[in-house]
Amino acid sequence: MEALLASVIGLLTAVGIYLMLRLRTFPVILGLTFLSYAVNIFIFVSGRLAVNAAPIIGTGDTYADPLPQALVLTAIVISFGMTAVIMIMAIGGYLSSGHDRIDLDAGDDGEAGQ
Amino acid sequence: MTHWIIAPVVLPALVAALMVILLRGHIGLQRIASLAAILALNAIAVALMWSAATHGPEAYFLGDWPAPFGIVLMLDRLSALMVALLAALALVCALYAIGSGWDRKGAHFHPLLMFLLMGIGGAFLTGDAFNLFVFFEVLLIASYGLMIHGGGSARTRAGIQYIAFNLIGSSLFLIALALLYGVTGTLNMADLAAKLPGLPEGDMALLRVAAVMLILVFAIKGALVPLQFWLPGTYANAPGVVAALFAVMTKIGAYATLRFGSLIFPPDLAATGALLHDLVLPAALVTLAVGSIGVLGATTLPRLAAFAAIASMGNVFLAISAFTPQTTAAALYYILHSTLATAAIFLVADLVARRRAHVRLPDAAAFAQTGLIGALFMAAAVALAGLPPLSGFIGKLLILDAFRADAPLIWTAILVSSFLMILGFARAGSQLFWKPSTDAPPAGPGPEPLAFTATFALFAGLAALTIFAGPVTTALTTTAGGLYAPEAYIAANRLGAGP
Repeated sequence: MEALLASVIGLLTAVGIYLMLRLRTFPVILGLTFLSYAVNIFIFVSGRLAVNAAPIIGTGDTYADPLPQALVLTAIVISFGMTAVIMIMAIGGYLSSGHDRIDLDAGDDGEAGQ
Repeated sequence: MTHWIIAPVVLPALVAALMVILLRGHIGLQRIASLAAILALNAIAVALMWSAATHGPEAYFLGDWPAPFGIVLMLDRLSALMVALLAALALVCALYAIGSGWDRKGAHFHPLLMFLLMGIGGAFLTGDAFNLFVFFEVLLIASYGLMIHGGGSARTRAGIQYIAFNLIGSSLFLIALALLYGVTGTLNMADLAAKLPGLPEGDMALLRVAAVMLILVFAIKGALVPLQFWLPGTYANAPGVVAALFAVMTKIGAYATLRFGSLIFPPDLAATGALLHDLVLPAALVTLAVGSIGVLGATTLPRLAAFAAIASMGNVFLAISAFTPQTTAAALYYILHSTLATAAIFLVADLVARRRAHVRLPDAAAFAQTGLIGALFMAAAVALAGLPPLSGFIGKLLILDAFRADAPLIWTAILVSSFLMILGFARAGSQLFWKPSTDAPPAGPGPEPLAFTATFALFAGLAALTIFAGPVTTALTTTAGGLYAPEAYIAANRLGAGP
């Protein structure tokens, strides 16, 4: 169980980092999403793995730590919202410039006063 | 007094929501509501500073949950000081945005400003590490909106880089928090400080990983090399007034480094020891170099201002890196100075940019009100380069004095970087303001009394910081001393009182 989860987190992180290093916005957003999946699972296991245990003290011999589950819920909601924001920005950037390259052009600093 | 601690979070949140629901499209009413809220925030911040100075650290238990189980907000001298700095800068920036008409160039400038104040105020006040992450996200999402305020292709695409960089930072922050929770079982900052010294030997490696990741996150926020890449593009493309407001956002990285480095990972903690110092010191030296060389090589005025901001963060982190009370007092003074001075140079850059057809330095064109803006640029340059008589000189002097023991390396770095910045500012200033131009200046946006008042207010702040340097440093020394004697801070959380 531990080995499986650890390799899943590692694989998701590796995929995320690879995609984030691309030069187009769409793969970068996908990479950020993969990274946030990896992070969410990582937070989840930070309370240790407990199989068949309720997150309530006193219902059985063992119990699962409820706090990481609350933390991961917050993290999921935030990363979901942030992905939506960057997606809208990427579409806006694509529509206004006609391409979706992530790097800035040399003359791109020209709008500060407008 | 107790309930006022949450006011810097709740007040802007309520005002922002009311603006979006009731005042949509009424720019005049939005301006009044925004200014009223910021004035109230200034009054609250002063009251909080007074309370923190007289009663010592105070905790606010959200929902009245006892400390390690619920979220606490913590008021101490440092958090009150940072909230007051935020409120003062917000007032200046709101006046400038109104005076220059920046807030008309897109919808929702004032609600976004309020949400940004809520996020930054919460980040300064929180006493819970996960809550710090949440407030980081609140302030970031508001800053994304403000950064692309006014629209435009370059601004949007610089915004994507800014968001992507910060999303990676957020992921790192979450991993660090999960590691901290994994080894200690708590995320309350005072509880962490109490539990870490007794950590078993086997968990120390994980803790060190968490500490390094937290420093990376704060380095992204504070634009510490090698994680400063987002700053020049973001600040140079953001609207000038927003870039000025962002001057306090880089200070959040400095604040968080200071808070974690003194409370949770103090230098006498066996597991981390001098780890933070060893990481931050070289990074700060390189930041100083990159910033000042960038000032020398910048081709546009907003970019020059952005590199000046990086250089001043180098000075701040340099002073923080020693983690002793004396250097921290110098760092706090420089944080105050650098926030006002960086905001001033961005406002001056914006005054120039809105009077010219383009912002490139080498082929300068004539523009209206050259003399007055030139004088303001000169004053901002003096402040940032650290020349007398403004507070940059005193700030750098305090840092130099605090580092007598390491004089060969640190004195050289600070003095050479100051020299490079003087050169860079002199070159930019002469290109912009001294070059004779035969063209008639284009019709500018008018005299704009409110925008100039706001810019002058920043210089008044810098002058006050210089004139009252004695009392200010005395107060900051007490603040710094309190950081390294966290017993009162931890006791205010009443950790043993829970079930």
